Amino acid sequence: MAKFSKKTKTSENIPTSALPDIIFMLLFFFMVTTVLREQEILVEQKIPQATQLQKLQKKTLISYVYIGKPKNTALYGSEPRVQANDALLNTADIVQWVNRERDALPEADRPMITISMKVDRDVKMGPISDVQTELRDADARRVLYASVGKVAGN
Amino acid sequence: MARKKNRMSQEVNAGSMADIAFLLLIFFLVTTTIASDKGILNVLPPKLDPNNPPPEIDKNERNIFTILVNANDQLLVEGEYAEPEGLDEEIKLFVLNFGQPDEEASALYNSLPASLRALAQQDPESSDHPNEAVVSIKTNRGTSYERFLEVFDLAKKAYFDIYAARVNLTTDEYRALSGKDAAEQALIDKGKENLPMAISIAEPDKIGS
Repeated sequence: MAKFSKKTKTSENIPTSALPDIIFMLLFFFMVTTVLREQEILVEQKIPQATQLQKLQKKTLISYVYIGKPKNTALYGSEPRVQANDALLNTADIVQWVNRERDALPEADRPMITISMKVDRDVKMGPISDVQTELRDADARRVLYASVGKVAGN
Repeated sequence: MARKKNRMSQEVNAGSMADIAFLLLIFFLVTTTIASDKGILNVLPPKLDPNNPPPEIDKNERNIFTILVNANDQLLVEGEYAEPEGLDEEIKLFVLNFGQPDEEASALYNSLPASLRALAQQDPESSDHPNEAVVSIKTNRGTSYERFLEVFDLAKKAYFDIYAARVNLTTDEYRALSGKDAAEQALIDKGKENLPMAISIAEPDKIGS
């Protein structure tokens, strides 16, 4: 009679020595991609969707402007406001702010400063056009309308 | 001779390493916000100089594709009530109409791939040639930003579709070109060559907002 006997016993535990490496790999990925928020957003931000998105090459050239309804309506009212850095700005102060941002850049990059406008989708065109007029006055004419990719239907 | 005794394992116990890494991983997972610097690029017109008013440009009405958006987010495209769906196709037809091409434009027309040439309807009521064609978007102060961006997005799409078709790429591939090396830059330039993206954004009007 033939005997069915196991010839070799395979080790039953899975080798876990590579596990830390895998986890470290993930860890490094997130460490590299992470951007710690250095500022608090004071206005509502529901970024609209679009399809024709472009990526900018040099991130150092970008300055961010946030436009939306203030989260704290009791303090700042319910009209859309402009936030730059960590404070709400009046429209008239935008020129000054742009000049400060521009001075922080190396001289060769100054004409290429790009303002990324993160605008809440419920804001009307009025305030946005006011901001754009100020940006034109400040001669910061490259504007990026920040938006997120549309998933369905190109 | 001293014989080696049964030595203890020399490996450091690395079992808890994974736990430590997990802890860090979870911390970064929670704090991470993947920066999204994507968006639609626009270059604003230069500042108005009061001493130096911009030259009056008389363009033929047929060379301007007007899109009006009112405070209720309704669209008036070339004088007719319209929906945003299919607007990109209409813009493409308008830009590539080649109603009265001059010599340069004829050369451009001959350089286009067949798929784009098929769009040239040579309608005398539409644009003369792509260098003359301007897409004008005018909003109201009460128009929502979302609708404006949608329309602007479609206008950009029309142009990018044309550029991409000229260099045999899909639109997404063309947009992803970064110009990092000479080959990519050459492709970008080839797509745009002699066919400027002319999207004009008029100052919003105040009526009815």
